[in-house]
Amino acid sequence: MGGEATKSIAKDVLWGGGRSPFSVSYGKMMMWYFLVSDALTFGGLLTAYGFVRASSTDAWPIGEQVFRALPGLDGEYPLIYVALMTFILIVSSVTMVLAVEAGHRNDKSGVIRWLGLTIIGGFFFLGSQAWEWSHFIHGSGGSFLLAENVTVTADDGEVFNLSKGDPVFMDHHFGHLAEPWIEGEPNVSLMESDHGIKLVEVGEHSHESELHALTLNKYVENESFVSGDEAMKLWNARSGTFAFGANMHDNEYAIQQAYANFFFFITGFHGFHVFSGVVINIIIFIMVIQGVFERRKHYEMVEKIGLYWHFVDLVWVFVFTFFYLV
Amino acid sequence: MERDDLIVNDSYALNSHHSEEEGAKIRKNIWKVTGILTLLTTVEVLMGIYFKRSETFTWTMIKWSFIILTLVKAAYIVLVFMHLGDERNNLKKVIIAPYMLFIGYLIFIAISEGFGHLGNFNTLH
Repeated sequence: MGGEATKSIAKDVLWGGGRSPFSVSYGKMMMWYFLVSDALTFGGLLTAYGFVRASSTDAWPIGEQVFRALPGLDGEYPLIYVALMTFILIVSSVTMVLAVEAGHRNDKSGVIRWLGLTIIGGFFFLGSQAWEWSHFIHGSGGSFLLAENVTVTADDGEVFNLSKGDPVFMDHHFGHLAEPWIEGEPNVSLMESDHGIKLVEVGEHSHESELHALTLNKYVENESFVSGDEAMKLWNARSGTFAFGANMHDNEYAIQQAYANFFFFITGFHGFHVFSGVVINIIIFIMVIQGVFERRKHYEMVEKIGLYWHFVDLVWVFVFTFFYLV
Repeated sequence: MERDDLIVNDSYALNSHHSEEEGAKIRKNIWKVTGILTLLTTVEVLMGIYFKRSETFTWTMIKWSFIILTLVKAAYIVLVFMHLGDERNNLKKVIIAPYMLFIGYLIFIAISEGFGHLGNFNTLH
């Protein structure tokens, strides 16, 4: 077959008129077929996500509430980080299409420049995703479930009738100490404070954190803050079930573990594609520098890996919409 | 007969080579599409931040516009960046038609079964 490392191709493997099917090379057509099947996998994953979300009776976390942190900054920036990741991937797709264009002019230094920038863009995206995963896994404060029914008044005056099993969310500082305290770390203890309670850590990293406010509906619509005595009512009604961040068994974001599992699987599977794309790009980058395609007199291999790289960008466009926006 | 991916002549719909002037034109188009994709993403993000979710008609419209904007972006990526727009018509159909068929069927099944508990489809019970 044409894809194998022979210099000639037997006439009888060509289609009817002695030409390549669809007027594209064997390798390029097979890359398209592979992408169609891979796109079906991602389509299946996103459809499954939509199916589980639509048939779920509990509230489902929403993107602008869960993903609103930026590295090194306090405060809330809903969707900004994910938008940045999307932009990085679109830009690396542009540099890739410019590499393909340079290849069509047999411009070796142009291909090297643009393909090199594409690889750097790929590393930037992978780094961003690593931070995003780390942030998602560590969480921002954690949650506990109520052991009994409670009625509380939020800071804005709204009254909530909460039932047993409803989640309540801690803030970042308090949750940071609550996790070792729940795990029975001897350095951390719960104490009375002037306004309520505080967690105190002694020893090497000694610091303390007061229970200022708890949050209701943190990751769904209309989050509300509860502070002072009302927060203590919630704290005193807590059950032993705490969740900090997310892993394969529990998560602080939702009652449904499927939410965290879909996050890990969909973004992880996409990230794995980005990673293998970067590896393939590096291999072809080295071959370009060695002059393999210059001797071959065309850069179609850059076109083929370009197809794969654009596909990775394409998938992210859909993940961005269906996982983060809708 | 040479390897088919080594053939350098006009028998390919996407001719492997172009001149400097054609290249300048193609690059101009690439930057134009880059602008469009960036603009659409910015619009999506601003809409996501600005509009609050609710059970209203407005939010339903917002959701559909996210999906439509995404499909527009996907079309630009596939047709321009992946050059499918420059390929032969029959290759375009061979790539797009089976995909639409399978995913269309999958989405139909997911909607008709997944939303059953909402009441519109449970006449079979």
